[in-house]
Amino acid sequence: MPDQLLFAIEVTLNGLMAGVLYALVALGFVLIFKASGIFNYAQGVMALFAALTLVGIQDGQVPFSHLINAIFGTDVHHFGWHVPAVLAILLTAAVMVLFAWIVERYVLRHLVNQPGIILFMATIGLAYFMEGFGDLMWGADIKNLDVGLPQGINETIDETTYNWFGYGFFIDNLDIAATIVAVILVVSLTLFSQYSKQGRALRAVADDHQAALSVGISLRFIWVLVWSIAGFVALVAGIMWGSKSGVQFSLSLIALKALPVLMLGGFTSIPGAIVGGLIIGVGEKLFEFLIGPLVGGATENWFAYVLALLFLVFRPQGLFGEKIIERV
Amino acid sequence: MNDMSPDSYVTPDGRTIGGVVMEMKNITLRFGGVVAIKDISFDIREGEIRAIIGPNGAGKSSMLNVISGFYVPQEGEVWFRGSKRPQMKPYEVAGQGIARTFQNIALFDGMSVLDNIMTGRLTKMKTGLASQALWFGRAEREEIEHREQVEKIIDFLEIQNIRKTPVGRLPYGLKKRVELARALAAEPKLLLLDEPMAGMNVEEKEDMSRFILDVNDEFGTTIALIEHDMGVVMDLSDRVVVMDYGKKIGDGTPDEVRGNQAVIDAYLGVAHD
Repeated sequence: MPDQLLFAIEVTLNGLMAGVLYALVALGFVLIFKASGIFNYAQGVMALFAALTLVGIQDGQVPFSHLINAIFGTDVHHFGWHVPAVLAILLTAAVMVLFAWIVERYVLRHLVNQPGIILFMATIGLAYFMEGFGDLMWGADIKNLDVGLPQGINETIDETTYNWFGYGFFIDNLDIAATIVAVILVVSLTLFSQYSKQGRALRAVADDHQAALSVGISLRFIWVLVWSIAGFVALVAGIMWGSKSGVQFSLSLIALKALPVLMLGGFTSIPGAIVGGLIIGVGEKLFEFLIGPLVGGATENWFAYVLALLFLVFRPQGLFGEKIIERV
Repeated sequence: MNDMSPDSYVTPDGRTIGGVVMEMKNITLRFGGVVAIKDISFDIREGEIRAIIGPNGAGKSSMLNVISGFYVPQEGEVWFRGSKRPQMKPYEVAGQGIARTFQNIALFDGMSVLDNIMTGRLTKMKTGLASQALWFGRAEREEIEHREQVEKIIDFLEIQNIRKTPVGRLPYGLKKRVELARALAAEPKLLLLDEPMAGMNVEEKEDMSRFILDVNDEFGTTIALIEHDMGVVMDLSDRVVVMDYGKKIGDGTPDEVRGNQAVIDAYLGVAHD
C-alpha cells in the first residue's frame, strides 16, 4: 500500500478518536437539552469543575485552602493522604449529584415556565460562577490528572501494522480507552432514555411540563436526575481531556468545540452527538491532511464551524435531530 | 361494585352508581382580586359521569385545575376517597389516581402515540431507578406487562394504525383521543376531561361521546367533564353542576338542571332592571 494512503488511514483513525472526545462533551449538552430544553452553557465548565474536584480529592487537597489561609493566617494545603482513583471518582460523582441538586434548588426552581433564553442566560451565569468557584476551591494552577488510564503509543498496534504494511500506526492508548468508555456510556444512556421508565419521563418533561405533571412526573426529580447524569458525563469528559492535556482552565473552552458537533448531530439525539463528534473529528484531521497544505494549514481551527454553518443552512435540525414538524 | 354504600343506586340504563368518591367543600379560588371560584361545594359519586357546565369564564376549568392540583384554592377542602387531601403537587395528585386531559391538548409532540400512552402508566410502574438503569429482568417484565395494558387501551379507542406515529403529526380529533388514551392508561379512579369535544365536528363529537360512555361502562371509571355543548352534556351525564361567574347556580340531573330558572337565565341572558 502506498505510504500516502496508509498515512491517511492513520489520520482517519486518530480523527475518529479525537471525535469521541468531542462527542463526550456534546453528549452532556444533548442530555440537558433533551430533558429541559435548556442549552447548558456551563457544560464545559462542569467538565472542568469535575476534573478539578477529582484531582483535588485524589491528592488530598484542602478545599478553599487559599481562602482559609488568608482568613485564619494558617498554612494548610494538603490533608496529607491520597485517595485511590476509583474512590475519588465515586466521590466526585457524588459531588456532581450534589451540584445538580443545588442547581435545581437555587436556580431552576425559580425559573419554571420561563422562556428558553432566560434559562440559557442563567446557565451562562452558572458557568462563570462555577469557574470562579472551582478556582477558589481548588486553586488556579495547572494540575496533572492520572486515574491510571493507559497513556502513550499503543505498541501492539504499532508493531502489528508495521509487520503488515511496513508502516507503524501511531495510536494513543488514552484515545482507545476514551473510545471504549464513550461507547459504553452512549449505549447505556441511549437504552436508558429510550426504554426505561425514567428515560420516558425525561423525554416527556422535555416535551411538555404541564402534561408531564398530569401523568404524575415530578419535574424536580427529573431535573436533578438529568443534571446529575450530565454532571457524570462531564466528569467522564473531564477525566479524558484532563488526562490528555492536564487540568487547566482552558478545559472549559472545549465546550466551544461541542457546538458544531451539536449542529451536525442535532441537539436532541444521543447517537447524533456521537456521529457528529466523529464526523467533526475525522473531517477536521482529513481536511488538514488533504487541503491544509494547499491553503497554508491551520484549517483545524475553522473547519468544524464552517461545516456547522453549512448544516444550519441546509438541515437545521441536524442529522439525527427530531424533525421540525409544522402543521399549517 | 365492591363497597355498596347505602346511598348507591342503579341508573335507568343499568349502571350502579356508588358512594361519594370526591367531595369539594366550600372551595374559593382567587387570583389577586379576581374571584374565580366562590364558595362552591359538590360531590362526585363512584361510577358516575359528572358534568360541570357554564358559560365562558364561569370558572369550570379553574375547578378542574383545583381537583387535579394545578391550582391551590385559598379556602375550602378537597376530600378524596374518604379523607381530606393535604396540599399536593399536581404529580402527587396524579399518583393518587386522578388523571386528566387538557382543554388545549397537552401531549408530548415529539414522542410516538405509543410512548405518549406509556407515560400514562408511570405512576403504576414500581421498579426503582437503579434496576431501570441497569435493565434487570424485573424492569423488562414490568415494561411488557404495562405494554399489554396500553395495547388494550389502544384497541379500545381504535387507534391501532397510528401507534408509531409522532403525535405532532396527528390531526386534532385524534390528538384528543390519544390524550384520553394516556389518561386511561393510568387506570384512574377519577378521570377529568376538560372540554373533550371542543373544536370537533359532529362526527368526531359522536365518536368521542361514544368513547366516554364506553369507558364509563366498560371500566366503571368515574368521570368528571367540562363541556360547552349542552346537547352532549345532557345526553352523557348522570348529574350536572352549573357554574356562572364563579358561583354554583345549579346541581342535579340533566332534567332538573334544564328546568332551573337560574340556569336558563345564565345561558340565555336575562334583562336586568
